[in-house]
Amino acid sequence: MDFSLTPEHEMVVRMVRDFAEKEVAPYIKEYDRAHKPFVRAIERMAELGILGICIPVRYGGQGMDYISLGLACEELERVDTFLRVVMSVHVALNSLGIFQWGTEEQKRKFLVPQARGERWAAFGLTEPGAGSDVAAISATARRERDVYILNGEKMWISMASLAHNFLVFARTDPKAPPHQGITAFIVEREMKGVTTGDIHGKMGIRAGSTGWIAMNDVEVPEENRLGEEGEGFKIAMSCLDNGRYTIGAGATGLIRACLEASVKYAHERRTFGRPIAEHQLVQQMIARMKRDYEIGRLLYLRAGWLKNQGIRNTWQTSLAKWFATEASFAAASDAVQIHGAYGYSDEYDVERFLRNAKGACIYEGTSQIHELIQAQYVLGYRQDKPLRCELPPYDPEEWQREA
Amino acid sequence: MHIVVCTKQTPDSAAKLTVDAAGNVSWGDSPIVINPWDEYAVEEALLIKERLGGNAKVTVISMGPEAALEALKHAIAMGADEGIRIWDPAFEGSDTLATSYVLAKAIEKMGDVQLVLFGKSAIDSQTGQVPVEVARRLGFSPLTYVIKIAELDPAGKSITVERLLEQGRQVVKAPLPAVVGTIKGINEPRYPSFMGIRKATRAQYPVWSAADIGADPAKVGAAGSGVRWTRIFPPPAREGKAEIIQAETVEETVRILVDKLMAEKVI
Repeated sequence: MDFSLTPEHEMVVRMVRDFAEKEVAPYIKEYDRAHKPFVRAIERMAELGILGICIPVRYGGQGMDYISLGLACEELERVDTFLRVVMSVHVALNSLGIFQWGTEEQKRKFLVPQARGERWAAFGLTEPGAGSDVAAISATARRERDVYILNGEKMWISMASLAHNFLVFARTDPKAPPHQGITAFIVEREMKGVTTGDIHGKMGIRAGSTGWIAMNDVEVPEENRLGEEGEGFKIAMSCLDNGRYTIGAGATGLIRACLEASVKYAHERRTFGRPIAEHQLVQQMIARMKRDYEIGRLLYLRAGWLKNQGIRNTWQTSLAKWFATEASFAAASDAVQIHGAYGYSDEYDVERFLRNAKGACIYEGTSQIHELIQAQYVLGYRQDKPLRCELPPYDPEEWQREA
Repeated sequence: MHIVVCTKQTPDSAAKLTVDAAGNVSWGDSPIVINPWDEYAVEEALLIKERLGGNAKVTVISMGPEAALEALKHAIAMGADEGIRIWDPAFEGSDTLATSYVLAKAIEKMGDVQLVLFGKSAIDSQTGQVPVEVARRLGFSPLTYVIKIAELDPAGKSITVERLLEQGRQVVKAPLPAVVGTIKGINEPRYPSFMGIRKATRAQYPVWSAADIGADPAKVGAAGSGVRWTRIFPPPAREGKAEIIQAETVEETVRILVDKLMAEKVI
């Protein structure tokens, strides 16, 4: 067993941290206050290759491993959640989905420009009436010769108004059992009948875009169908295994942000004649943050290691996501508490951390769904079945091959 | 064209330095990074290489123990071609005089160097002496506080730079080879690329010893140094008080501020 990061990982961490600290941290409050998507930051992530970090070089990516993806997410969310959300939808939910399930032509056509950051990607699963209950989606895809006609609305979609490509799930067989009649499609913004918009009034993640996608008789060619007809549910679940990984890693970064801010403030602020760091009940909150940071980190790194090995990691990833998101909300709440009245104002970052933390306890499986998943595995009600296409294990030589 | 960038490893700028009673300086468990000023020098070398259509080689050197690898790795990850560590136990205790001797001997060994770039100083010792000392030893044109390399003509063997001085900008034309001390603002250092990170972690970093560079043992390390440290102590913590000026209007606030600054003879 080896708990150490490689020198490569350490350099990735430093590079992503430098970017987030220099180019995002000084401006984030402004965008968050204005509810304005920080588009320039995403463009920079594209330029720096972060949007293709763990995609093989021959598909336009940077050829790093899945652990690098997690480490990058930790560093990004340490500065702001919206940065990590971009990684979750663009890299994990969409690009890795195409990498896992796509044909060679689809990888050439869609994955390459996405990995290069030339086209941004989103994931359209949730609907106004279907979140945790994925099989209840009502968007439809009707086959007509060599095209599918898509209709329906997707809701709470990160990057909805910014992405170029959407991985959308729609029902192709209304008569099939709910889990079996769903199919995945790559919908492009330029297709006639696609409209998008942003949702306003969100509690947090205000520097990112969250919105809706409406599809009105959108003609999607057959070559844009990802996987086989009826395979959509399995594809969606495998994408979530990667999305949740980035969330777990990101939430761990958010805990670290809370911890760092709290330690700094606890040393500065004095009450009753001494720094509040010397008060035991403040120490307790800080100790809990430290504990949760370390646990969150071990959990997501194990999931990343499993991905590198090509071993299914559904429960491990679910555990990492469930634990770290709940812990990040608790850490942010305690960080506000430690900052006292100042923490309640946006003069300090911690109130933003608290608002941002809540979202991840809801999306990509609510905490309650993850509790059920854990129980089902332990009780033997749920087992992983082999998939037609598994996420490829990390192979440095293969991933860094030019062509 | 062969460009050499001299780098140094330093504690991270966020490190908390402590000095114990015996005068030992420690930065705790802070990471060791490339001297932040050196990133400008590396970036400038890479920009020159790009301007010359790739027709240049950028070698990064660092005198230091194993930890100096961090600076070299960072520079390679940014895009430099080669990194050489120069170290020998005999170099321990070198001041700037001895360090400049070692660096000059290493550059001499390479033979074909036209341009040597430095950051303005190292953030740990902050002397800023090494660039000019190296220039003097090699007989290269010393150009410090450079904010812009306006012209570089390898064929005509000349370089024109703008130096940022307290009095203003000074344009200087000098013959090559030259030593250039860069300052903040000359460029915006790039981040290491992922490709560069892979290259940096797999690269070989040769180590040149005193014998390899033909250094005279009497001129290196403590023996070759002119400076003696008589006492090392932390400076007293700076004391200051903040006063917040609050008036009815911005104009009034500014007026009070200006009065106070004038009374304190700041302006």
